[in-house]
Amino acid sequence: MVLLRQLLRSFLPFLVGLPLLFGFQAALQAAGSQAYTLLLTTVGVNIILAVSLNVVNGATGQFSLGHAGFMAVGAYTAAKITLALAGIKLSFLPEVLSDQIFFALALAAAMAMAGLAGVLVGLPSLRLRGDYLAIVTLGFGEIIRSVIENMPSLGQATGLSGLPLRTNLVWVGVSALATVVMARRLSVSTQGRALFAIREDEVAAEAMGVDTTGYKVRAFVISAAYAGLAGALISHAILLATPRMFTFVRSIEVVVMIVLGGLGSITGSVISAVLLTLGLEALREFQAYRMVVYALLLIVLMLLRPQGIFGTHELWDLKLFKKRGAAKAAPGGAGAGGAP
Amino acid sequence: MTEFLQHLVNGLSVGTIYALVALGYTMVYGVLKLINFAHGDVYMVGAFAGYYLSDLVGVRPPWSDPPPGAGETFVKATIVTMGSMIICGLLGYLIERFAYRPLRHRARLTSLITAIGVSFLLEFGFQLSPLMKSPIEFPPGPSPRVFPALLERSGYEVLGVNLSNYDVIGLAVAIGLMLGLQWIVYRTRFGTAMRAVSFDPQVAGLMGIPVNRIISWTFVLGSALAAAAGIINAVSRPRIEPLFGLMAGLKAFVAAVLGGIGSVPGAMVGGLVLGLAEEYVAGYTDSSYRDAIAFTVLILVLLVRPAGLFGRLTVEKV
Amino acid sequence: MRLSRALALTTLTLLAAACEKKAVEAPKGAAAPAAAAATPAGDTILIGHVGSLTGAEASFGVSTENGIRLAIEDINAKGGIKGKKVAAKTYDDQGKPEEAAVAATRLITQDKVTVLLGEVASSRSLAMAPIADANQVPQISPTSTNPRVTKDGDKTRPYVFRVCFIDPFQGTVMAKFARENLKLKRVAILRDVGSDYSVGLADYFKKKFEELGGTIVNDQSFKAGDQDFKAQLTTIKGKSPEMIYVPGYYTDVALVARQARELGIKVPLGGGDGWDSAKLYEIAQGALDGSYFSNHYTDENPDPLIQGFVKRYKEKFGATPDSMAALGYDAAHVAFDAMARAPDLSGPAVAAAIAATKGFPGVGGTITIDADHNAVKSAVVLRIEKNKARYLATVEP
Repeated sequence: MVLLRQLLRSFLPFLVGLPLLFGFQAALQAAGSQAYTLLLTTVGVNIILAVSLNVVNGATGQFSLGHAGFMAVGAYTAAKITLALAGIKLSFLPEVLSDQIFFALALAAAMAMAGLAGVLVGLPSLRLRGDYLAIVTLGFGEIIRSVIENMPSLGQATGLSGLPLRTNLVWVGVSALATVVMARRLSVSTQGRALFAIREDEVAAEAMGVDTTGYKVRAFVISAAYAGLAGALISHAILLATPRMFTFVRSIEVVVMIVLGGLGSITGSVISAVLLTLGLEALREFQAYRMVVYALLLIVLMLLRPQGIFGTHELWDLKLFKKRGAAKAAPGGAGAGGAP
Repeated sequence: MTEFLQHLVNGLSVGTIYALVALGYTMVYGVLKLINFAHGDVYMVGAFAGYYLSDLVGVRPPWSDPPPGAGETFVKATIVTMGSMIICGLLGYLIERFAYRPLRHRARLTSLITAIGVSFLLEFGFQLSPLMKSPIEFPPGPSPRVFPALLERSGYEVLGVNLSNYDVIGLAVAIGLMLGLQWIVYRTRFGTAMRAVSFDPQVAGLMGIPVNRIISWTFVLGSALAAAAGIINAVSRPRIEPLFGLMAGLKAFVAAVLGGIGSVPGAMVGGLVLGLAEEYVAGYTDSSYRDAIAFTVLILVLLVRPAGLFGRLTVEKV
Repeated sequence: MRLSRALALTTLTLLAAACEKKAVEAPKGAAAPAAAAATPAGDTILIGHVGSLTGAEASFGVSTENGIRLAIEDINAKGGIKGKKVAAKTYDDQGKPEEAAVAATRLITQDKVTVLLGEVASSRSLAMAPIADANQVPQISPTSTNPRVTKDGDKTRPYVFRVCFIDPFQGTVMAKFARENLKLKRVAILRDVGSDYSVGLADYFKKKFEELGGTIVNDQSFKAGDQDFKAQLTTIKGKSPEMIYVPGYYTDVALVARQARELGIKVPLGGGDGWDSAKLYEIAQGALDGSYFSNHYTDENPDPLIQGFVKRYKEKFGATPDSMAALGYDAAHVAFDAMARAPDLSGPAVAAAIAATKGFPGVGGTITIDADHNAVKSAVVLRIEKNKARYLATVEP
């Protein structure tokens, strides 16, 4: 019974979400609205990026500026796989389904490779603190991009084009949902407690027996894997993977999102990702000032409200959700404890 | 052999610029324990300030007719350099006063994020199309501008190696500034106050040191040095554009870390060593990874000897 | 544990065995194609431009935008197209391909432009191309030179065109010139590794030059925006080439030339149309004398069309036009000309009219669109003397 309830907690969002997403996508396709599809895809991808970066920057308190590099690893891995399998299908399934299965495979591989990159980057970097970690992760992001630009098999500066269209709202929705559920499950777990402890006071955590390096690397790997997923999704939406898509300005944009939403708040990341993406689209007339506005936003936020919109609070910490029965007592307690 | 020596000269020339910018980084970090991400962009502003000043002062290129005399060149060059240093010093003061000081008591992460914000503000702000056309076209917009030749270039060939007076003057100025800075830090009251603040700002304040003022002056000094670096670089490599400070800033940071962050001679040595490393690796192996070299050096230093060449390893007390 | 592992393994093997090749299918677009753009109501024709107005390549995007604006001014002064005035809507893609895709989608689906202009860089044009095709809106790229922009695999994209050379042509032009006219045997290459234009030109130059019996003695790279090239140049000097091929943009090439001279390298440099800008000479100050580059046109050409363009551009923007401005101007005019010839302003009709462009007098040369939707133009090779480009030879495609 307990097992069933636990499984349900993790999978309920998907059980509810999947049919909704399918319906939504069908509706959009019937309306023929391409612009909205691409916009919503971008919103979804930004949600994945923001929430995954929050796992490292917010929950663990380690400032990473190399998120775009992991996006790139994921994007290129998935692209190579889908390009290689583009002409093949499984004989016993309709083509559409077999394409989707191969895409799922590509996504899984993207996450795995990005996670591996996370290990390679994390192990040396995570011994460093604060500012140094930021610059080193930035450096790694640039190194990854440098390597991609120099490899003819990855298309060098032109990148890989002609990717088959595989991303649709269902995939993006499911991935975003998965990321949020992952972050939530992590924050209420033992591992999550360890991460919060590291964020609050690393020396004390170490003294308490928490394997700080190990946990930091693990958080990094998870974050990198989901960044890879985001990269793979966006590449298969615009059918292109080039090094220019993954510069450190991209990393900074994600940082702005989580800083605005509140470092450590999953709800904050989701909401600010949605707000910023939609807001910038709405303000396209003033696009020349986009980066200047971002910069001012960062400065003003830090001066006036450094904890961002949500601080470390979550939507589900509201009293409204806490009343729901004893079954939620454990996550309720963890929720209260996880939001210092 | 000639090739090796030529690489040596090139490396020192590039390293001089890194060293000068690293001096500013190291000073600010020593006092505030903050990586001033915007420092590279102050360097860029210095170059542009020099560009605009040259326009206003009426610098004439060496090939114009009649050619400017030595006196005129020297006077105008000095005005441009000094002017640019003053402007950047002011900019540094403003940045510190309004973006960093309010956050001094908060988490370091907040200041880092603000620094990134200031850096982007300068870069992308300068990339906007000109809002005013006279007396100067400001902001300069994304197209690169040609920096005027403040001094005529004379090339020499020594043992088959080509160098120019720019390289020699640049290095001399850098060493001079470094020695001057060392003197300030270790032989004046201001310097002692700086060191006190960097050691423990709270106690320094209790001892009667005007901490805010010291920190502001440190910023001013560091920014002025960045401006000098900007002018020296722009004279020998006369293309300037709003985004060119970013890489220089990051590499200067690596140089500062390499030399031991907080140490003035360290910044100098770190800058030169980084310049040489970049030059030799790019020259003898695949040059397409040139930017990556700086980051690799950073990672190696932080893993092998985090205190850098001249720094002291600090123990974190709980 | 054992069972689940065995199960997983079996499933994978079965899947692998079940794979078979797909039947060749019709190309898939970016999304379900919307209805072909109907003739816009009202008396303004709207065209869209996607360019980098901010970011590292902003100077190119701004130049192209200026060229397009001038073209619109010109055509409206002549009364517009079919009595309607032309207006343009420009979106900034910040140098990012995914932004280019979003901008293109928005221009097509929300602003309902008749023609899409863009982009300067091949990677961003590639992001826009599937969207243009899927929505049946013609796209003309002013300066994207990678062959893949107009070709999807082996098929030509029905709605994507360009008014510039493609890399294979331009790279070959300089290679042939260096080998046959200048009779050079040893050339070094210095390419911008971050630019697909530069890499494309360098690769095709290398291929043709070696095909013609020459040797590439050294192949070095730099990144756009680098300030110091002496490391690469010193190594190149050590290999004693007779020419250095630097197919980059004028922003970098000028500095490369200066530093090459400072190092005592006396051999000429070679390049492509990315050199074309007044700033090149401003920065280089004589360092490029004796060097050669291939281009679309020469402003020595007394043709009143070109001189008029240069003069009007200077008046309006206070600067001499570079090749991006000239090609932006041409792309816009080709679009206008096609729209005037087309029976109506629907996507397929305009696209057909563009494809039929023959002998169109552009500032960047006479433009004929071939079956691959590329511009067939002759290239000129220019030699720089006393800080000015002098016409040397014309090379036919």
